[in-house]
This record gives sequence, C-alpha cells and structure tokens, in this order.
Amino acid sequence: MTDVQPAPARPAYSQPDGSGHFGRFGGRFMPEALIAPLDELDRAWTEAKADPAFTAELDRMLREYANVPSPLYEAHRFSEAAGARILLKREDLNHTGAHKIRNVIGQALLAKRIGKPRAIAETGAGQHGVASATACAYLDLECTVYMGEVDTERQALNVARMKMLGAEVVSVTSGSRTLKDAINEALRDWVASVDTTSYLFGTAAGPHPFPSMVRDLTRGIGDEARAQCLTLDGRLPDAAVACVGGGSNAIGLFTAFIDDADVRLVGIEAGGDGVQSGRHAATITGGDVGVLHGARSFLLQDDDGQTLESHSISAGLDYPGVGPEHSFLADTGRASYVPATDAEAMSAFDLLCKTEGIIPAIESAHALAGALRLAEELGPDSTILVNLSGRGDKDVHTAAEYFGLIDEPVVLEQGVEE
Amino acid sequence: MSGSAIDELFERTRAENRAALVGYLPAGFPTKELSIRAIQAMVEGGVDLVEIGLPYSDPVMDGPVIQAAAEQALAAGARTSDVFDVVAATAATGVPTVVMTYWNPVERYGVERFSADLAAAGGAGLITPDLIPDEAGEWVDASRSHELDRIFLVAPSSTDERLSMTVEAASGFVYATAVMGVTGAREQTSSLGEALVARVRSVSDKPVGVGLGVSNGTQAHEIAAYADAVIVGSALVRCLLDAPDEDAGIEAVRALAADLRAGVERS
Ligand SMILES: Cc1ncc(COP(=O)(O)O)c(C=O)c1O
Repeated sequence: MTDVQPAPARPAYSQPDGSGHFGRFGGRFMPEALIAPLDELDRAWTEAKADPAFTAELDRMLREYANVPSPLYEAHRFSEAAGARILLKREDLNHTGAHKIRNVIGQALLAKRIGKPRAIAETGAGQHGVASATACAYLDLECTVYMGEVDTERQALNVARMKMLGAEVVSVTSGSRTLKDAINEALRDWVASVDTTSYLFGTAAGPHPFPSMVRDLTRGIGDEARAQCLTLDGRLPDAAVACVGGGSNAIGLFTAFIDDADVRLVGIEAGGDGVQSGRHAATITGGDVGVLHGARSFLLQDDDGQTLESHSISAGLDYPGVGPEHSFLADTGRASYVPATDAEAMSAFDLLCKTEGIIPAIESAHALAGALRLAEELGPDSTILVNLSGRGDKDVHTAAEYFGLIDEPVVLEQGVEE
Repeated sequence: MSGSAIDELFERTRAENRAALVGYLPAGFPTKELSIRAIQAMVEGGVDLVEIGLPYSDPVMDGPVIQAAAEQALAAGARTSDVFDVVAATAATGVPTVVMTYWNPVERYGVERFSADLAAAGGAGLITPDLIPDEAGEWVDASRSHELDRIFLVAPSSTDERLSMTVEAASGFVYATAVMGVTGAREQTSSLGEALVARVRSVSDKPVGVGLGVSNGTQAHEIAAYADAVIVGSALVRCLLDAPDEDAGIEAVRALAADLRAGVERS
C-alpha cells in the first residue's frame, strides 16, 4: 500500500474556480465584446504556463534581465528598532525597481507568443507604466500607457522615463483623472483594438483571467522567499506582510504560504489620513462589496454605488478597488488586512532609511509600518517576513516634501560649488 | 412570448414593416427636470422605445459624449432613485421604457429592490452593458418575478456558443453592438452590424436592435433594412451638450428624433 497517502487534513488551496470566481468574488463584469478575447487570453495563458519552453524562456529573462530571484535580507538594525526579527524580500533590487517587472515581462512574453504587436497599460504612479515600457522595449512591442492627468503632473519624471523607453503616454482627462480613469481609458482602447493589442494589466485585479494570471506571474516572490527562509532558518516565518494596492505584490508573497496555516498573512492597506477621516485607500477595511473594473470585490463606493476617490500619500496604493482574491482571503479569514496611515508609513520609511541605508518605495513603507505594529504584538522571538516591493527613487520628491527637505535654501546655496 | 410592452411594440413595428426607433438619454442630464423634458421631446419626435441611462462614475463602454453627460449629471447631484421618476414620467407617454445601466449601481441598490421599483415606475426592463448572462443569476430571477425584460448584448466578437447562450437568456430584444468600440456617433455605420444580426437570426426570431454609431436618418435607414430596431444614443446626447441653451437643446433632440424616425419609415 505504498501509494496510499493519508488524506490531508484540509484540501490544498485551489482558487479560483473555472469561471474565475474566488468564492463570491471575482468573475467577469465586462462588455460582451471583451468576453471572447478574455477567454482567448485565459486559454493562451493556461497553455503557455504548461509549456516548458515558455516557462524556461520566462525564467531566463527574469534571471538575466530583471535580476530575479531577489535576495532575502535580514535587516538587523531595523529589527532592533522594531523589537522583532525582520526579513526583507528585496524586490526593490529588481530591474525598474519593483516587483512589477515580474508581471509585465510575463504578460509581454505572452503577447509575443500570441502574436499581438501592440501593448497597452494603465499606470498610477508610473511604476507599472515604466515596467511596461521597459518590457516592450526589451521585447520589441509597440506600447501605449494611459495615465490620469493628475498623475502625469505629480509623476512627471516617470512620464519622461516612459517616453525615453519609447512608449506613448496618454494623459487621461475623464472622471477623477487618476488610476481608475486610466484603467477605464485603457479598457476603451482595448475593446476597439483587441485583435492587435494586449492589455498588460498592472495588478491582480480586473476581470478573469487577470487576477489569477498576475498571481501566477508574481508568486515567485513568495516561492523564493519561502525557500530562502527555510535555508536561512530551517523554519517558516511567523508572519508574512505586504502592502496592498490592487494586490499584486501581496498575492505574490502570500500564495506560497496559503497552505502553511501557522504563517500569518497580513496585508497593509493605505490608511491615508485615517480610515475614519474618509480620506484613505483602505478598500477592504473601509469599503463594501461591489463591482468595479470587471470583478466583484471590496471597493470604496457611495450609497449609490458610484466609485469614491481614494487618498494616499502613495500613488501606487491610491486605488479604490482591490483584487478579488484578497477579498476572498479576508472573507475566509486566511489573511487579515489592516490600514497604515500616511504618517505611520512615512515614519517607517524614515526608520528604514536611517537604520539600513535603504530608501523604500512609499508603498512598501506601508508594509514596514504594518510589520512594526505586528512586532509589538508578536514580540522579540518572532520572525516577520516583509515584502519590500519597491525602491524609493521615484518617491524622493514626495518624501523630501513630506519631511521638509526641499524648502531649505541653505542646502541649495551650500551645495553649489564654484 | 410573454406579451410584454416590448413584445407588443415589435409585433406592431413588424406588422408595419418597419424597424423600431430606440432613443437613449441619461436621467438627470443636465438636471432631472430637463432630462424628463428632453425625453418627452424625443418621444414626440418619434422614438418608439426609450432607454434611460443611469449615470455612473466609471462608464467603461462609453465614449466622450456619454461620459461627459454622466459626469455632469453626477456633479449636479443625480441619484439612483431619480431614475425611477424619469422612468415614470417617460412610461406615462405610453412608450415602453427601459433603463440602461452599469451593474454596480443596481447591485448597490439591491437587485430585487431595483427590479421592484423599476416595475412599479412602469419600466419594461433593463439593458446591462457590463453584465453577461453568466453572472446574471440574481437579475434573471428578479426580472422573472417582476415581469421585466432582460436585454443582453451581443458583439461581433461573440463566439457562436456565447451568442446562442446570450440570445437564449435575453428577452424583449437582443442588443447587437455593431462595432468593436465604445459608444459615440460615427461618420459611417459599421459593416459588422448586418452580419451580426444575421447570426442572431440564425438562432432565434427574437427582435434584434443595432446600436453604436448611428447619428442621422440616412444611417438609421441603412440599419432599418436589416434590423428590428435602430438604437441611437450619443447623437441625441450631443444635441443637449452642444446647444446654446436648454430649449434649443430640447428642440434639437426633437428634430433629430423626427429625422431618425423618417429614416426608419422610408422604404
Ligand atoms: C513598489 C510598489 N509596491 C506596491 C504597489 C502596489 O501595487 P500592488 O498592490 O499591485 O502590489 C506599487 C504600485 O505601483 C508599487 O509601485
């Protein structure tokens, strides 16, 4: 009876179902015109990920070009300040400076495979836009990036980066002129161009198959980190922590640990000025269930189901929706989601800069803030794995303004060398 | 057939050997009162069936004209409950009246409650541009218990399998989106419309309406040659957006509706 294994206590986690539902979340709330193309994409992705030639090519590109796998780093001085052992998954060291490149290279390589010469993408802060422009230059695809007018103004350097990389950047002037409207505009482009165009979706949200495809492409973060933790410690961490905008870096971290019931999974949402203030982007903490951008999930909406504007110091977390799998994990209790305010995130940002010489993305600083809070609860014997999803180069201006480092003429005068 | 107001309309227009004219305007644009007046003018101009749009913050299937109208309506304070007043005023003119809405406002209001209030206001059904039958279980149940028609969309990209399934799930009529793209008047009508209608006809005798892009009587006449209904939206909305004042806008709506009606009646 060697081939009979004892039945597992619980069946292994397997989501979504065949039609893209994570329990009551997910699905497809999209115009019929896009359903057949989404089915095609689903089929193409299912075939590609089962094709050893495709996965080998993708692995090679991530390794040679994107600097993946990223290291796991024990942040000694930050740990000391935190009062618990903190391990950082260094996605900030990836090419283009964030986890986003993993997702985009995968989707762009799929676009090549199915023969679509043009790619479109939406972007908020510009990170996914820059990653998309990068992957399109690398893989020779034509690239158009939609970005809300408000964001093109506050992220002018990333607009320039995308243009340098050969992408066209379209400034979106409809609605609130931010990320959600950039997604709307990209969808409007796609419905008219889908024969020739792939939509490189920037996060683990949207209609099926995007949430599960983006998870497949980012899950390397957690797979690597889990193995790295075992190598380092011979055991798994007590908690795994990530910031949650749409949810791609968080689902990428969590997936490897979902069946490890002893590892707490904690998503940190953008609390803005505080959830009570109404000015935040804490979708699961402060929102309700509804439908936005093609999926049922938590979202920030008014009594009539109109989408509310979100607020966060971090442009990458400033989104009123969230990927459906996170809503599911929150519902089932497997993961918990808590907010960190702008002030808490910036304090953690400062601490990481000063104790480790690492300037984190402000998005990732939310995860650090969450880890600091968790450290108080779990105590000095605990190990907390934090996904450092990106680096802070893009945020230097915002952070300098926040900390009052810009309006000091002294610096300028003294800095000028004759 | 259930004999709904929409079924009766298509029996009549088929007997008259013409296509029906379907006109779209959003509720609450530019204000609730003016939207009611504009819809009444549209009916007086000759529209056979009215689609009332529910303004939504994220209209992914709409082009700039309907987006602008929705934004103005919301900025002026349009609420979901207002749509039922506009439906009641429209239905009182005697034409079948449906609401065209993105799904989230309905889900937020409550599918059952929305259906009950729509039926009570005299509405005939719902057009759901981002709700496919696959996700529509709750709405199908509510529509049956409140005797409302379910107008689903088919598209040039629909596979044969999806097209059959969608037509089967629809009632009242089938909405054929004749272009791959968002709403908005186009210079030329799409050549995809006729082929799409033929595909629907090969699986069902349910009436088929063709929309997206129609802006004048000549185009309406072309589509009327092969469809059961010609659906016009952005061109009517633009009459209100472009007008120098409210009365001029409403008169422009009336005149366009009359031109379109002449187009569908011309043999
Ligand atoms: C560094 C970084 N982390 C996190 C995010 C948030 O996205 P997600 O929740 O999809 O990981 C962004 C988005 O721009 C980002 O740039």
